[in-house]
Amino acid sequence: MSISLPALPDAATPPPPPDGAAVVRRRGLAISPRYAAGRIGGAAVSMLAVVFIGFFLFRIVPGDPVRAMTRGRPVDADQLAALRHQFGIDKPLLSQFADYASRVARGDLGTSYQYKSSVSALIGSHVWPTVYLVGTATVIAAVLGIRIGIRSAWRHGSRADRANSGIALVLWSMPTFWLGLILIVVFSVGFGPIPGLFPTGGMSAPDVHGFFPVVWDHLRHLVLPCLTLVAVLYAQYLLTMRATLLEELGADYLTTARAKGLRDDDVRRRHAVPNAMLPAVTLVFLNLGTAVSGSILAETIFSWPGLGSLFYEALTVPDLPLLEGLFIFFAAAVIVMNLLAELLYPILDPRVRTT
Amino acid sequence: MSSPTPRRRAFALAAVLAGAAVLSAPAASAAGRADAARSALLQQAPVSGQTLTVATNGSIDSLSPFLAQRALPTAVHRLMYDFLTNYDAKDDHAIDALASKWTTSPDKLTWTFTIRDGMKWSDGQPVTADDVAWTYNLMMTNDDAATANGNFVANFSKVAVDGGNVVITLKQAQSTMLALDIPIVPKHVWESHVADIGKFNNDTQFPVVGDGPFILTGYQKDQYLTLDANPNYWRGKPGFDHLVFKFYKDADAEVEALKKGEVDFVYGLTPAQYDSLKGQSNIATNKAPGKRFYALAVNPGATTKDGQAFGDGNPALQNQQVRQAIMYAVDTKTLVAKTLGGYGTVGGGYIPPIFGTYHWDPDSAGAYSYNPDKANQLLDAAGYKKGSDGMRTSPDGKPLSFRILGETNRPDDTQNAAYLTEWLKAVGIGSSTTVVDQGKLGDTETAGTFDLAFDSWTVNPDPDYVLSIQQCDLRPKTAGKSFAGDDFICDKDYDALYQKQITEYDPAARADDVKQMEQKLYSDAYINVLYYANALEAYRSDVIGSWDKQPQPEGAYWGQDGYWAFWSAKPASASSSSSSSNTGLVVGIVIAVVVVVGGGGVFLMRRRRTATAEERE
Repeated sequence: MSISLPALPDAATPPPPPDGAAVVRRRGLAISPRYAAGRIGGAAVSMLAVVFIGFFLFRIVPGDPVRAMTRGRPVDADQLAALRHQFGIDKPLLSQFADYASRVARGDLGTSYQYKSSVSALIGSHVWPTVYLVGTATVIAAVLGIRIGIRSAWRHGSRADRANSGIALVLWSMPTFWLGLILIVVFSVGFGPIPGLFPTGGMSAPDVHGFFPVVWDHLRHLVLPCLTLVAVLYAQYLLTMRATLLEELGADYLTTARAKGLRDDDVRRRHAVPNAMLPAVTLVFLNLGTAVSGSILAETIFSWPGLGSLFYEALTVPDLPLLEGLFIFFAAAVIVMNLLAELLYPILDPRVRTT
Repeated sequence: MSSPTPRRRAFALAAVLAGAAVLSAPAASAAGRADAARSALLQQAPVSGQTLTVATNGSIDSLSPFLAQRALPTAVHRLMYDFLTNYDAKDDHAIDALASKWTTSPDKLTWTFTIRDGMKWSDGQPVTADDVAWTYNLMMTNDDAATANGNFVANFSKVAVDGGNVVITLKQAQSTMLALDIPIVPKHVWESHVADIGKFNNDTQFPVVGDGPFILTGYQKDQYLTLDANPNYWRGKPGFDHLVFKFYKDADAEVEALKKGEVDFVYGLTPAQYDSLKGQSNIATNKAPGKRFYALAVNPGATTKDGQAFGDGNPALQNQQVRQAIMYAVDTKTLVAKTLGGYGTVGGGYIPPIFGTYHWDPDSAGAYSYNPDKANQLLDAAGYKKGSDGMRTSPDGKPLSFRILGETNRPDDTQNAAYLTEWLKAVGIGSSTTVVDQGKLGDTETAGTFDLAFDSWTVNPDPDYVLSIQQCDLRPKTAGKSFAGDDFICDKDYDALYQKQITEYDPAARADDVKQMEQKLYSDAYINVLYYANALEAYRSDVIGSWDKQPQPEGAYWGQDGYWAFWSAKPASASSSSSSSNTGLVVGIVIAVVVVVGGGGVFLMRRRRTATAEERE
């Protein structure tokens, strides 16, 4: 099998020896200041663009917040006008933008139309449930996917490989909503001999007290939504890892390593896998960035009080300050995680440093 | 890069688990804060007694009675605070509550309410006329405090205290004075919140001081809301000690939770969900006449308050014969049978039949019963002749075709639009359907750029609000701006009747006026009620022994105007707490699964690690 590696300047050099960490230290700083400054500058520019787009994007969303909020309530024309004035949406678009920009520059995301409380506080109270669920699921899915991906590539073509890839793809293509409901029916309510083990929804029960019972209660509530997300998510890690590792398999340095009589396990772990990690790492960080935006589907089916559903509720009004605030927050998370990934590449793979 | 040793792997695994635990800690501590607040109250009354758990997919915008506009918090306020008057559980007529009696002056402009003696707030302070006057006056003088219920006091010129009485002076007579759905708050608690009344959501300090049948003890947004029975409630202590609202975002999950017994009551079921629960053990179902009408609104040609025309509604719809022909072409019985699965009543008057006092039904001669022949005759007479292809054209030769507008959030719309298209085609009218989200629907209606639109409103025991939205003056001030009215209708006779009923203090005479207004709306055929869907609910009969519907005998438990269901609910006798008894089993099974899976994993990892290249080849 001949596989052409990307033409990296360092491609000819042997892979990092087992004591690679020591080599890195000998070469000096893993990240050059210039590299770091460039990446951080890029992130800052992206952030500015996000703030700008965030405003205009949601002005295109159809719907009048005043109408949505007063429908079915007895109000007169003056009250409608007063509300419009209170929200500041009776001003020209550009002056609205000026208000928004100066507000955001001061770090003030404004006050939600519908919840009458500050957007930062709303994000603050919803971000932990989301990170708790989606973060846990992402980490488990990544660990699981990468592990199985490595095994699959190492023994590609084997029955286990085909079975693993098949199962992962089936779960990946399964609608989250449907899978979640099936899990609720089987493991919450109980089906046949299976007792109802887990709650049908929510993040906690109201009548639980004390630290350990509360943590146990939270974990019990976490199992099914987390399982749903892991089942749907892990395939992408598996397939990415499997594909990149397969590309490495034909490389000469692996033959050399084997010829030296290294154990198969060491050949894989110390030689092949480190060279194939970059795409999977990128994926993990990308997904950790989007993790805060939650999973609307999983949050809905399991009634999880996260940011995804908050965003959905904001969209129906449209609750402009909340939408803008969430948009900025989501985008910032992705940008920061991407920045972290980029800063991490040179540490993970010395070849990046010299490009 | 160093390679992971088995020990390092164990560390990595531990790190992942610790990470999850750390992440759960803030969430746990947030819950803990609410718990701490709640346990402060529960120390006097430890968690014991019976709990009634309600599954809700409603949302709470605010728990401040001055700000909350959504249905769920409004219903919760009914439980927390007594209003001046209440609606009878049997037939919805206004009855005493915080006010024990009332009188009106001969000129109809002064109402004197006598405040009930001996009522106490949950912190022990007496409930006084001063609390009532203070609440109303705040709403009259403070724009922020008027956010939710300002319109109720818009016609008040003065609110004063006279001993144990509250004296309200009106600008003009108002027949809805016994339907003031305003929670009365304790002045001594709320005085300190006046400065930030527009931002104070009443959800920071628990228990919340109130005087209703229940006391709010805790709230976690999008998770749960807990209330405890008020032992000193003047009408009597509720039958359940605790009332919990559990928030669900998916109705199917609610149904599963009811089957499991995790919640005791679900409402707002679809016909399919309702059918799936019928006949299940320990579950009782209830089908009640709905308080909502579902209508086909016709664009009468959008105009502003001053009569300036805008939008592009089809001018053919300004012809009453055309509008009536549409209604003769529609088979509402089929809609009820198919769209509602039989769970509903065929449309008639604007006020749903559940409100017997005000409901009006057309006689059989005047009703738009399904009759395509009659529709064809009316259209022929109106000058819209059929062409060779069976489709009609207007007198100036343009094809007669209407745009139908629906909303994605209302599944009925899509289905009904398909039926409507067929029925219109059968009488030679073309049509096109657009089903859009709520925001887009609002924009299209506001711009007046539709012909036919599905429209739905919930009606209160006092029908004033739904009647008011069809007046000339509620059309928009500026073309294309959102407005408080519904459908650009302007009919001077209707407006005159509206004014007559709002100043009529004799209930029977007022009901007559209202029925005349319904008759007018029906024959004008701008707002055509297609049906009234049933309210479908289900509850655990092994938890709730008995509770009251409103109205009786056929009514609903949820969405009552009053607190009757939750106040009157009595626990079923000898109900066992099935959920806690198998906790041990659950824990055992979980541990067993962890041990088996974990053990297997460790074995496999060890085996593979020791395998060498030779072994494999």
